[in-house]
Amino acid sequence: MIPPSFEYLTPSNISDAVALLQKHGDEAKILAGGHSLIPAMRLRLAEPGYLIDISGIGGLDYIQEESGQLRIGAMTCEAALEESEIVQSKYPLLLDTAKMIADPSVRNMATVGGNLAHGDPANDHPATMLALRASVVAEGPNGTREIKIDDFFPDFFTTALAEDEILTEIRIPSPPSASGGAYLKIERKVGDYAAAAVACQLNIDSSGSIENIGLGLTNVGSTPIRASSAEELLKGKKPDENMLAEAGRLAAADSEPMEDLRGSAEYKRALVNELTQRAIKLSLQRAEGSR
Amino acid sequence: MKVSMRVNGVDHEHDVEPRTLLVQHLRENLRLTGTHVGCDTSQCGACTIHVNGEAVKACTMFAIQADGAEITTIEGLATNGELHPMQKAFWENHGLQCGYCTPGMIMASVDMLKNNPNPTEEEIRHGLEGNFCRCTGYHNIVKSVKAAAESMQGGA
Ligand SMILES: Cc1cc2nc3c(=O)[nH]c(=O)nc-3n(C[C@H](O)[C@H](O)[C@H](O)COP(=O)(O)OP(=O)(O)OC[C@H]3O[C@@H](n4cnc5c(N)ncnc54)[C@H](O)[C@@H]3O)c2cc1C
Ligand code: FES
Ligand code: FES
Repeated sequence: MIPPSFEYLTPSNISDAVALLQKHGDEAKILAGGHSLIPAMRLRLAEPGYLIDISGIGGLDYIQEESGQLRIGAMTCEAALEESEIVQSKYPLLLDTAKMIADPSVRNMATVGGNLAHGDPANDHPATMLALRASVVAEGPNGTREIKIDDFFPDFFTTALAEDEILTEIRIPSPPSASGGAYLKIERKVGDYAAAAVACQLNIDSSGSIENIGLGLTNVGSTPIRASSAEELLKGKKPDENMLAEAGRLAAADSEPMEDLRGSAEYKRALVNELTQRAIKLSLQRAEGSR
Repeated sequence: MKVSMRVNGVDHEHDVEPRTLLVQHLRENLRLTGTHVGCDTSQCGACTIHVNGEAVKACTMFAIQADGAEITTIEGLATNGELHPMQKAFWENHGLQCGYCTPGMIMASVDMLKNNPNPTEEEIRHGLEGNFCRCTGYHNIVKSVKAAAESMQGGA
């Protein structure tokens, strides 16, 4: 299917791109990797009159750790995350997530910024960024602002970005020592969006108790969901099997899945329950291993 | 809109509508019909080509996004009439039946070996997650990629 007609614009810096967004308002859309937008245009779910391709803007493709933060440029593609040494050595949750997204050819194009800016609760990075307590940087006509990830997804396919703002960077606090994380996803077939998935990031103290934990849920609600009751239960604890089972139940209760072609609501809740327990266990193992 | 790209070593310039997909441009304007369209929804990988050396699905990219790019399609893999080791390996190991998925399989496999010259069977299967084959059951495709990896390591 051929997408509808549009005018193609190629700004060479962010302020020109912002000016184009201001000029064309809701008729314009940013084009990053195009791997959510082009399929949506084919299906006429999106019919932008103007596409503003930001791939020609330099300096938006980087992965850097400095002053206690991992900074990822919005145009960094998933393949670059997978290949990054710093991600491989210190951010297992991010590495798991990148590897679970679509397939290798899609990952050569799909960007991390686009994955968040699309606002799709089926995408994998939103829950991961919740677990990592990330924030994103938005640049608009009045300069830049930092938005906490918990405030970034107010509604179904909606983000906190204003119409004339561009997402430029993702910031993730560097994990303390003895940290671990994991992303576990059940998909109907390889490369598909999640039937349900759970992101976990935690760190432990010298006695093995959980100091801090973040839990994010993918595709079990109209937005990505923080499993906050499970997080509260586990903070400061060294969970045994019973407590893990309780955490799984609480996370399932925090989820709000709907029945669709990927399964019934009950099935998805059961997935959240089980995946939460497994993700915590794997994260604990990885945290022990990173001491 | 003018779009120029170097495809299999030859420069091409065309006037295209912005909404022209890259696969459509290659097949219809450049008459390079080796790149197939299977699903048209970025799932099957039949349309896989290399853009600046990386495997991408040409059905999910506009031709204008490839302005100034270096592109390789299945037609550009052989050199001086000599098949690429991956093509040879698919031939020798019966890595195809109907052949519809083959150009995409081969382009994706070449990219995989670039990043991982000596993959395990599991890594090959994961590496080809974005390429569907409805005939072979994948067994001989995996065997072909393995054979190609061996022959390319042997300095071929
Ligand atoms: C076959 C297939 C399978 C997939 N499977 C998965 C999967 O399993 N998990 C998953 O998470 N994703 C999956 N995806 C989606 C893929 O990861 C997308 O590419 C990604 O969600 C969007 O990134 P993009 O760079 O392609 O963005 P685009 O498609 O270019 O843009 C998406 C949206 O975000 C906006 N946007 C993009 N960048 C910015 C920015 N910097 N500032 C402001 N707005 C911006 C655009 O205007 C558009 O509305 C799949 C895609 C395909 C085609
Ligand atoms: S035709 Fe492009 S992925 Fe199927
Ligand atoms: S050989 Fe027929 S689809 Fe693969």
